[in-house]
Amino acid sequence: MTAKAKKNDGTVQLAIKDDMTIYNAESLKETLLGYFHPGTRELQLDLSAVTEIDSAGLQLLLLLKAEAQKRGFTLRLLRHSEAVIEVFELLKLGMYFGDPIVIPANWKKS
Amino acid sequence: MSDMNPALETFSQEVDELLTAMEEALLGLEGAPDDADCINSIFRAMHTIKGSSGLFGFDDVVAFTHEAETVLDRVRNGERLIDAELISVLLACKDHTAQLIQHVLFNEGEPLPEALQQQNQALIVRLTGAPAAGGMPSTQEEKADHFEVDPNTSNSSDNWVISLAFKKDALRNGMDPLSFIRYLQTLGKIIEVIITMPALPRIEDMVPEDCYLNFKIAFNSSADKKTIEDVFEFAEDDCDIHILPPNSRQEHYVQLLANLPEDQVKRLGEMLVEIGALTEKEVANTLHEQREDDDAEAKPLGERLVEKNILQQPVIEQALKKQEAVKQKINKESNYIRVDAAKLGYLINLVGELVISGAAMRLMVDKHGLSDVDDVASTMSHLVEDIRDTALQLRMVQIGETFTRFQRVVHDVSKELGKQIQLQITGGESELDKTVVEKINDPLTHLVRNSLDHGIESPEVRVRAGKPEKGTIQLNAYHDSGRIVIQISDDGKGLDPERIVAKAIAKGLIKPDQVLSKSEIYSLIFEPGLSTKEEASNLSGRGVGMDVVKRNIEALRGSVSVDSELGQGTSVTIHLPLTLAIIDGFMVEAQQERYIIPLSMVEECVEMNSDEWQIDDVQHYVNLRGQVLPYLRLGDFFHNNKKHTRTQRESLVVVRFGEAKAGFVVDELHGENQTVIKPLGKLFENLDGIGGATVLGSGDVALILDVQGLIHHAKKRANPALALLSGV
Repeated sequence: MTAKAKKNDGTVQLAIKDDMTIYNAESLKETLLGYFHPGTRELQLDLSAVTEIDSAGLQLLLLLKAEAQKRGFTLRLLRHSEAVIEVFELLKLGMYFGDPIVIPANWKKS
Repeated sequence: MSDMNPALETFSQEVDELLTAMEEALLGLEGAPDDADCINSIFRAMHTIKGSSGLFGFDDVVAFTHEAETVLDRVRNGERLIDAELISVLLACKDHTAQLIQHVLFNEGEPLPEALQQQNQALIVRLTGAPAAGGMPSTQEEKADHFEVDPNTSNSSDNWVISLAFKKDALRNGMDPLSFIRYLQTLGKIIEVIITMPALPRIEDMVPEDCYLNFKIAFNSSADKKTIEDVFEFAEDDCDIHILPPNSRQEHYVQLLANLPEDQVKRLGEMLVEIGALTEKEVANTLHEQREDDDAEAKPLGERLVEKNILQQPVIEQALKKQEAVKQKINKESNYIRVDAAKLGYLINLVGELVISGAAMRLMVDKHGLSDVDDVASTMSHLVEDIRDTALQLRMVQIGETFTRFQRVVHDVSKELGKQIQLQITGGESELDKTVVEKINDPLTHLVRNSLDHGIESPEVRVRAGKPEKGTIQLNAYHDSGRIVIQISDDGKGLDPERIVAKAIAKGLIKPDQVLSKSEIYSLIFEPGLSTKEEASNLSGRGVGMDVVKRNIEALRGSVSVDSELGQGTSVTIHLPLTLAIIDGFMVEAQQERYIIPLSMVEECVEMNSDEWQIDDVQHYVNLRGQVLPYLRLGDFFHNNKKHTRTQRESLVVVRFGEAKAGFVVDELHGENQTVIKPLGKLFENLDGIGGATVLGSGDVALILDVQGLIHHAKKRANPALALLSGV
C-alpha cells in the first residue's frame, strides 16, 4: 500500500493508492495507524485509487470511523472510487460516514 | 383483564416486577448513591421494558423508556452523577412508565391523552435537559438498538430481518460477506443494513484479517425462507445466520397453520417446516443446541426459536395451539373401552375352539369331497384367521409402560448406591401379549437391578476407567420374525470370563480341562449355584438368581443370552414369543404321532437321503451343504423303547432358534396349521422337549415341540462333552 501524507495544522491527508482487500489489509492498517497522533484533528482519506474493496477493507474503514469518534477527530473520506461507492450503496453506508459522495457522470455506464 | 392475551399478561406482570425493583433500587440509591448494583437494576428495568414494549409495538413506551435508558446508561458509565434531583426525576419516570403501560394495555391503539403527553415531555426535559429528539438515532449502534427492539413496528414491518454474525476466520476461509449481500440483492430489495462489530478489540489489537462484522439486514422480498437461507449456504460454517420473517409473512404462516389438516399429531418443528416458516436446517441446528445443553431443564424448541429471533412469538403460539387441537381431536377419536381381562381371555378361548372346529370342518369337507361346500369353507377359514388375528391383537399391549416403570427403580437405586445412572428406553412401542408382559416384569426387574448393582461402577471408578461419570442402562425392544427381542444393556464393568470359569470349576459345573467358547462361558451365569452370592447386597440378595430368570423366561417359551466385554459393559438379550395362545405351527408326523413345530422356527425341509447328504449315523450329524448339523430322530427320541420300522423316505426339518440350528428327522410332513396352544397338565409340565399340546380337527392331540430344548438335546447327543454344560 502506498499512501502520501500532507500535514498542516493537524490535518492529515492520505491517498490510498491500492486496493483495500484482505491481501493488504494488514499493512494498510499498520500504515494508517502510523498517522494517529494525539495532535491529529482531521484525517482525510482519498479513495479515488481504490479499484477494489472487500469486506476486510470495509472493516478497516468502519474501524477508522469508530476510532475517530472515540478519539474525537474527524474522518473524512474523499473522492470515493466506483468500487467504494458500490459497497456504500449496497450497505447504505453513505449516511453513516456522512461524507459527500461525488458520483461521476459516466457512473455505471461503462 | 380477564380477556387479555396471555403474552400481554406476562408482559404486564413482568413490568410490574421490574418497576417495583426499580423503585426499591432508587430508594436504595438515596442512601448509597454509588451502589453499582442499584444503578444496574434501574437500567435493566428501563432497558427490559423498552425491549418488551418494542415486541408488542408500544411505541410510546419505547420512546419514553429509551430516553430514560440513555440517561441511565450515562450514569452507569460514570458520565452523569446521581443526585437527589435525578433520583426524584427517575421516580417520577417510574410512575409515568407505569401509567403509560396501563394506557397502552387497556386503550389499545389509542393515542396518548394530552395530560400524559405533557408529562412525557416534561419528564424528558428534566431527564436530559433537552426536548425529546424525535429524529433518527445517529450512530450505528443506536440504530441497531432501535432496529432490534421494534422490528415489528414502523416501516420495517414488511421486511425480512436477516442477522449475519460472521465468525473470526470467515475472511481467512475465503468468505466475503459483501458477496453474499450482493447476491441477496438479486432476490429482493435491501432496505436497510446495520453493521455492528461487537467483538472489536482496541485498534492496536485488531487483526485486519479477522472478521468482526455482524450485519443486520432489512430485506424486502417475496422469496420464501428456504430460498433466502440458500443464499448463505456456503457461509454456514463461518457465520451464524438468523432469518426472521416479516410481519406480513407471520400472518401468512398463522393462516397456513390454521389450514393444516388435522389428521395426525406432528412435532412442532415438522409443522413449521411444512408451512415454510422454518427450514429443516434451522430445526436441526436448534435441536442440536437443545441436546447440547443437557444440564438444566432444556428449554422447549418454541422458546428457543423465539429467543434466537428465528420466528416471532405469534407463529409459535399458533403452531402450539394447532398441535394441541390436533392432539385433542385425535384423543377424542381414539376412545378406549376398558374391558375385563377375563372376558377377553374367554373370547380368546372361544376363538381357539373356533379355529379347531374350523379345522374339523375342513377335514370333513375334504373327506367327503364336497366341492361346493369347499368354497364356503375356505371363505370361512379366512374369516376365522382374521378373527384370530384381531382377537390376539386385542391382548397386545405396548411394552413401553413396563419399561418406564424402571425409570423410578433406576432413580431410586442409583441414589441408594451413590451411582449416577441414566436409563434409556427405545422401542417402547413394540407390542406383545399382555400375559407375556406381566410375566416378563420380574425377570426384567432382576436384570435391571443386576446391571444397577453389579454392572455400573461407582462414579470414581468410572472416571478412572476413562468412562463418563454417568452410567447408562439401555432397555430396547424390537420385533424379529414373529418374536419380540428385549435387550438390557449397560456400559458397566462387564463380566469377567476367568472368574466365571474359576467359579464354575469350583462348583463342579465344568471340568478344568474343558475348552469353552466365550458365549458358553457367559451362559454359565444362568446355571443354578453360580449366582454372585458373595456380592450380595439388599438388592441382589433377593433369592432370585439368574437361573430363576432363565427358568421364568423359558416358561414363556423364550430364551435368554448374555454378551459382555470386560470393562465395556454387558448386554442381556431376551427372545420371547409374541403370544401364548395361538401360533402358526408346522405339523409333522413320526411313528404315527403328530407333532407341531412353531412355524417361525422352521428354516427348511429336505429329504433325509444319504445319497444327497453325508449322514453320520453314530454321531448324529448330517453334512448339509457343507454345514455340520446335529440331528434328532423324533420317533427315536419320544419312543425310545419302541421297535420301529423305517418304511418310507424320511424328511429332515431344519429348525433354528436364535443362533442354534438342528434337524429333526420325521416320517411325514403335514404342512402349516393354526395351532391353539393348550397347556399340559401340571403332571407333564416338566416333560423334556414338549412345550404344550393342541387339539387337531380330527380330535387327535398333537404335541407342540419345545424346539429350544430339542436343539440342546440334539447337540448333546452329537457331542456328549457339552452334556455337562447344559445341566438339563
